[in-house]
Amino acid sequence: MTAASTRARITVTAVAAVLLGGVAVGYTALSAPPEPDVESGAVTGPRVQVLTNGRLSAVSRTDPSGPREVTEERCDRAYTAGGTTACLRPVGALKAGELAVLGPGQRELVTVPLTGFPNRARVSASGRMVAWTLFVDGHSYAANGFSTATGILDLKTGTQVASLEEFTSSVDGRPVQAADRNYWGVTFSADDNRFYATMSTGGHRYLVEGDFAARTVKALADNVECPSLSPDGRRIAYKAAVGGDPQQGWRLSTMDLATREVTPLAETRSVDDQPTWLDENTIAYGVQRGDGVNDVWTVPADATGAPDVLAREANSPAPL
Amino acid sequence: MYLSTIDRPKTGGWKGVNATVFALGAVSLVTDVSSEMVTAVLPLYLVVGLQLSPAAYGVVDGVYTGATTLLRLVGGYLADRTTKRKAVAALGYGLSAVAKLGLLAAGTSTALLGAVITADRAGKGLRTAPRDALITLSTPAGDLGRAFGVHRAMDGIGAFIGPLVALAVLAAAAESFDAVFVTSFCVAALGVVILVVFVRDHRSAVPTSPVRPAAAAGLLRDKQVRRLVLAASVLGLATIGDGFVYLLLQKREGLAFGWFPLLAVGTSLVYLLLAAPLGALADRVGRLPVVLGGYGALIAVYLLIFGPLGGWPLVAAVLVLYGVFYAATDGVLMALAGPVLPEELRTTGIALIQSGQALAYLGSSVLFGLAWQFWGPETATRLAAVGVALALAATAALLGRRR
Repeated sequence: MTAASTRARITVTAVAAVLLGGVAVGYTALSAPPEPDVESGAVTGPRVQVLTNGRLSAVSRTDPSGPREVTEERCDRAYTAGGTTACLRPVGALKAGELAVLGPGQRELVTVPLTGFPNRARVSASGRMVAWTLFVDGHSYAANGFSTATGILDLKTGTQVASLEEFTSSVDGRPVQAADRNYWGVTFSADDNRFYATMSTGGHRYLVEGDFAARTVKALADNVECPSLSPDGRRIAYKAAVGGDPQQGWRLSTMDLATREVTPLAETRSVDDQPTWLDENTIAYGVQRGDGVNDVWTVPADATGAPDVLAREANSPAPL
Repeated sequence: MYLSTIDRPKTGGWKGVNATVFALGAVSLVTDVSSEMVTAVLPLYLVVGLQLSPAAYGVVDGVYTGATTLLRLVGGYLADRTTKRKAVAALGYGLSAVAKLGLLAAGTSTALLGAVITADRAGKGLRTAPRDALITLSTPAGDLGRAFGVHRAMDGIGAFIGPLVALAVLAAAAESFDAVFVTSFCVAALGVVILVVFVRDHRSAVPTSPVRPAAAAGLLRDKQVRRLVLAASVLGLATIGDGFVYLLLQKREGLAFGWFPLLAVGTSLVYLLLAAPLGALADRVGRLPVVLGGYGALIAVYLLIFGPLGGWPLVAAVLVLYGVFYAATDGVLMALAGPVLPEELRTTGIALIQSGQALAYLGSSVLFGLAWQFWGPETATRLAAVGVALALAATAALLGRRR
């Protein structure tokens, strides 16, 4: 290699490095987050809590396209019930995520440091029990897999279960100890002890009924994900994998817990969310658009009617 | 002839490690910064950015597993047939670079994301064997351990820096994932430029009759090559996968989930520090003993997981020994294999050995998973330790033997 050619090589590389570096730095510098184009203002009457561009906000149930009350509280996923707000704060680039439990007036009651990526949050109707689901990288039965960590916090006693994997689980009365068990999507019953959730193991995704005090869960039905208990505690809304295969998407459905009768709802798009009951007759959920932004939709809980947009550019709905 | 005699030809010391090795090391360093940037944020992107569910992850994650092995062999064979090893490697590096932009274009489509990640892995499969072949062809046989040591150390530095760069970009770009992908593409493109400009291809005279597939298959008729592939596969079969080791460590010590990436970073740190010194040691005392020593460290790792140590001493000991294992085996095994393979089939041979090891490794993860499920993690890791000991004995017998 002659000296001249070495110089030429270095020049070519340096020019390429400057150009590529310029592109990277330029693109990074111009990547400012889009500011919400939402009118902020007081909301009266019945309200639904949503996340607007990741910020805790409220919209009117009767005039959902009107102004929103947007707060400064940032969450990736949130839920509010009984005066308690569970906010899964975002994983910052240089900071771990956490669960923030907020009381009335958004006073911070408890924070729980969490590692993983926020996915689901739920609070029992009384506001006493808080549950969350995170995705955890590398915490997996098979190398390279993804897996979930679902925890529950009892605000009254302070009891905290970091992962439902600590509980004894059974399918068809037989104990299951497989290391591939994953839990997600908790919903609480009115007694603040019983809960429902999804347990996946061996390729099945079961609806499980849990007993917080006894630290047990048992499988009730197959192909039920992200259950949500109706206000009267008799039905669950959930997402059912089409043909039992999540690759084909999910159909929003309800199940009568006593009869196990399944009712697919009028929403025919694939919904990947834990649904929420706004009242006994209405289910709310997020649907992702082609551009990656979510809208909150509602659909009647009895297979009639048609889906309707409740709040554009929002997710994580919860009745207030 | 004893393998141990091929094993110990004249050595030129560190001077034997020439510009091509450093250039390839620089390419790997830059490329690893790019790929580890994406690896570090991909789960975050899929879950937070795209809000995929666990089942959808499984799809994205599962699509590419094992899909790249065939391509690795095809790439190795093509590189040998045309003797354009640099061109095949460049194709692989280029494919991975373009895949980074594909992540932007794929949007929220699971199928497209799976395809893009597969393309990225395919690029890695394509480039590895021609790159390692170039290292063996441009280095005197006596200095291969050092050469691979230097290369793997530079590679390790890239893997160490990548996640940090990703975090810095996320912080600067208001947590825009697109900025990470664009930066990753730019870094990968720079890697391709360095490869094209600085790496000198080793063009052998194109054989009068080009290498035929039959000749490639004929590689396996060579006793020594067969033993090497067999040894690599047996060793692959005895290795249970990083995920399991870190998971067991986490369970034993009740570590917060946040320690996961740090466990891997700790191992890479030991790996990058020791790769070159252990490569030099391999050149001095023989490569086989160093490889066997590396697997000895692996046995210690498996036994320690349910052994007498606890707390931070346990974590530190496991990470150091695990890093020693990688530093003593990954590059050194290639240095051991290189001289045994005929030059005109060098890339195919290396691809064959790496594929055998990769496929066996895939099988071992399944087997270990089953063992864990049926007998519990404690028995499973002890069985794994016994497995490594058997593989170690088999390897010593296979590679230390008369031709």
